[in-house]
Amino acid sequence: MVGYYLDLAWRSLRGTPILSALMVLAIGLGIGASMTMITVLHVMSGDPLPGRSAKLFVPMLDPRPLRQGQPTGGSDTPNGFTWPDAMNLLREHRADREAAMQQGSAAVRPARADLHPFYESGEFVTADFFAMFGAPFRAGAGWTSEQDQERARVVVLDADLDRKLFGNATGIGQTVRLNNTDFRVIGVLGDWHPQPRFYGQPGYRTFGDADQFFLPLQTALELKFAFHGNLSCWSNGGDTRTSDKCTWLQYWVELDGPAKVTAYQRYLANYWDGQQADGRFPRKNAPPHLYGLMAWLAHWQVIPANLSMQTWLAIGFLIVCMLSVVALLLAKFMRRSGEISVRRALGARRRDIFLQFGVESAVIGIAGGLLGLVIAQIGLWSVRARPDGYAHLAHMDVLMLLSTVVLAIIASMLAGVLPAWRACQVPPALHLKVQ
Amino acid sequence: MVEFGPILATWRCHKLIVILLALLVALTCAIVCNVAFMIQQRAALMNLPSGVAENELVMIQSVDLDRDANQPARHRTDLAALRMIPGVTAVAAVDALPFNGNDWTNGISTSPEGQRGVTASASAFNGTPGELRTLGLRLVAGRDFTPDEYIPLDSAHGYDGLEHVSAVIITQALAEHLFPGESALGRSIYSYPNPMRIVGVVDHLLRPNVGTGNDNDYSTIFPMLPDTSDVTYVLRTSARQRERVLRQAEDVLYRLDGNRVLRDAETFEQLRAHYFASDRTMISLLVASALGLLFVAALGITGLANFWVQQRTRSIGIRRALGATRSNILGYFQTENFLIVTAGVVLGAVLAIGVNLLLMEHYQLPRLPLWYLCVGAVALWVLGQLAVLAPSLRASRVQPVVAMRSV
Repeated sequence: MVGYYLDLAWRSLRGTPILSALMVLAIGLGIGASMTMITVLHVMSGDPLPGRSAKLFVPMLDPRPLRQGQPTGGSDTPNGFTWPDAMNLLREHRADREAAMQQGSAAVRPARADLHPFYESGEFVTADFFAMFGAPFRAGAGWTSEQDQERARVVVLDADLDRKLFGNATGIGQTVRLNNTDFRVIGVLGDWHPQPRFYGQPGYRTFGDADQFFLPLQTALELKFAFHGNLSCWSNGGDTRTSDKCTWLQYWVELDGPAKVTAYQRYLANYWDGQQADGRFPRKNAPPHLYGLMAWLAHWQVIPANLSMQTWLAIGFLIVCMLSVVALLLAKFMRRSGEISVRRALGARRRDIFLQFGVESAVIGIAGGLLGLVIAQIGLWSVRARPDGYAHLAHMDVLMLLSTVVLAIIASMLAGVLPAWRACQVPPALHLKVQ
Repeated sequence: MVEFGPILATWRCHKLIVILLALLVALTCAIVCNVAFMIQQRAALMNLPSGVAENELVMIQSVDLDRDANQPARHRTDLAALRMIPGVTAVAAVDALPFNGNDWTNGISTSPEGQRGVTASASAFNGTPGELRTLGLRLVAGRDFTPDEYIPLDSAHGYDGLEHVSAVIITQALAEHLFPGESALGRSIYSYPNPMRIVGVVDHLLRPNVGTGNDNDYSTIFPMLPDTSDVTYVLRTSARQRERVLRQAEDVLYRLDGNRVLRDAETFEQLRAHYFASDRTMISLLVASALGLLFVAALGITGLANFWVQQRTRSIGIRRALGATRSNILGYFQTENFLIVTAGVVLGAVLAIGVNLLLMEHYQLPRLPLWYLCVGAVALWVLGQLAVLAPSLRASRVQPVVAMRSV
């Protein structure tokens, strides 16, 4: 039966080529615009480390003081760890792997005479960083926690910076001058550009350029390198970076399996209790929390205002397109009242009429969906041309490809429901009488 | 004259279509009004005059890597060398520029007791002597700083340096805000307890970051030299020589001292273009979606009108047979469309204000001026009349004899 309806739909659409084309165009435009934006949002909330993300967690301790009027403290999340807490956790080392980190920048002073000094952004990290995040080394390796303690002058370079400084031979064993200190290159990373740059401070340079170098955190602190991101303090005095009243460090742990996760949660709770006994962590209703990687990203999900506005606009556009298609379908179906009357008189049930016109709407939807796919590709191509950091991510994957077609069919079926329902209400006798 | 009575009577039998059309118009009106407003907001920002001689300026940011050097002395050496480049008419070392994002905002007041006077937040611009001439700022009153007004190099700079500042140049917008209806020249403003006398007023100097507020032109120029290792050199030259001067300036600076990072070497026009890059994409996107919306809405209106005319061919024939002229029929359909669009526009205005309230809450957009709704209404009336024209003309050509035939 559906085959017959498909045939009928095809004949009917061919009978009014301009009207059919306009309907397909309307659906295509709406779907194309919406899917462009939905795809951009989708890639922005993708998994930066597939296969590894399930084992990575962010412990969160809230050391901040009570706020006025809120005797038990708030429930918002601090921007990171204090230095003492990060060092305590690192020393006790209860996770499979764990590392503290913060982004920063340094002036790179090339030995090559034809290169002028330039600034690069990098990440100041502790030893486990590379193994924990599975960063692939093209040559060499990272450093050890002993070297962290010794404040070793060693550096791991991104492949791009390595190529820029040393050409095709890797710079392993060579020296790089950063700010005013010489560092020995001990490792060069392969292409490793997780997007979003999940390990950075939330909201800071989340998308875009990769870190070009990695230094031991303690070394960077000792040499007073420029740390970036937000440093949030609630008391003056002392060196703010190492104060227990300033949060800024990011801390990540790797825990393999739910048993270890539970054990680590218990450990964090004990640590919190212990510190409370020492008079720290006054926010009683903000106990330590362990976020999974994806939950952490979802918690901080900051979609740029421009993007979310464009998404709403695209959805509004889709709705107007659908209303237009409802109007056009209504016009098209009602014009065939005579045909409907005849079919009803010949024994077609309402349900049959409804199905027939439903199939016709779906055919328009599929055609519109295909056009929408093309329009979305053009839209994504134009997004990639934008200067924003997330722009180059804007590609459609299989999931989005299928969702586009499904969304198009759902949209056209929705648009077709009302006209099809009106069509099946046409009484069999009335129109025959008129004729 | 077209009677509304028969039109309203037919609506009773075609509630669904009338509601659909009105809804279509309402949604389109609500979205297009807000989109137009957003376009206008961004375009207005992009068209603000910066106050500087935009097509004659090139800039280079220089970061000295030698932390212990005497920075003002280095700046002096650099400036002397840059001045020698052929085609350069003026140079200055500055910390802030319109659109460079390096915003140091101070609270200032007309009274030493802060809150008792008129207050404002204004961006501070510091630079070497000759900054006004180099940037091409236009003094509308008063004068540039005299050499002895620059604060001594050994005193603190930055916020604490304001304690030593005795003279200041402000923009006209700030002057009018602080001293409405009076001349600001010779009056004093306060950031620290000491008075800073206004010695000059410039027509415009846009802040390093602009926003949707009305304080984009609230700037103060202090007689303070930049004293950090991170400084921006501004060179003024003729529009044709900008690229060459820029390349030469880079060479000159590297040759003087290679232990520095030079970045953001660009013309002022490039700085402006970078600053507004995302606004430009956003505007083209908004324009495209507004046009798309209007197109799709027109599509829907035409489709429905076509259907409607077709359905009523018989009754049109009867009316024609009873003496209605072609223009009566044409007028009937145009008026009907006008009424439906009006209903849609009224609903759309309410929706538009609702959408605007949401945008105000989530995206810090200002309130939608009501005249946008009027323009939106007129646009949709015109669109509706045009969209319905072809079907109405077809209706007016229906022959009276149709009434006698079967359809």
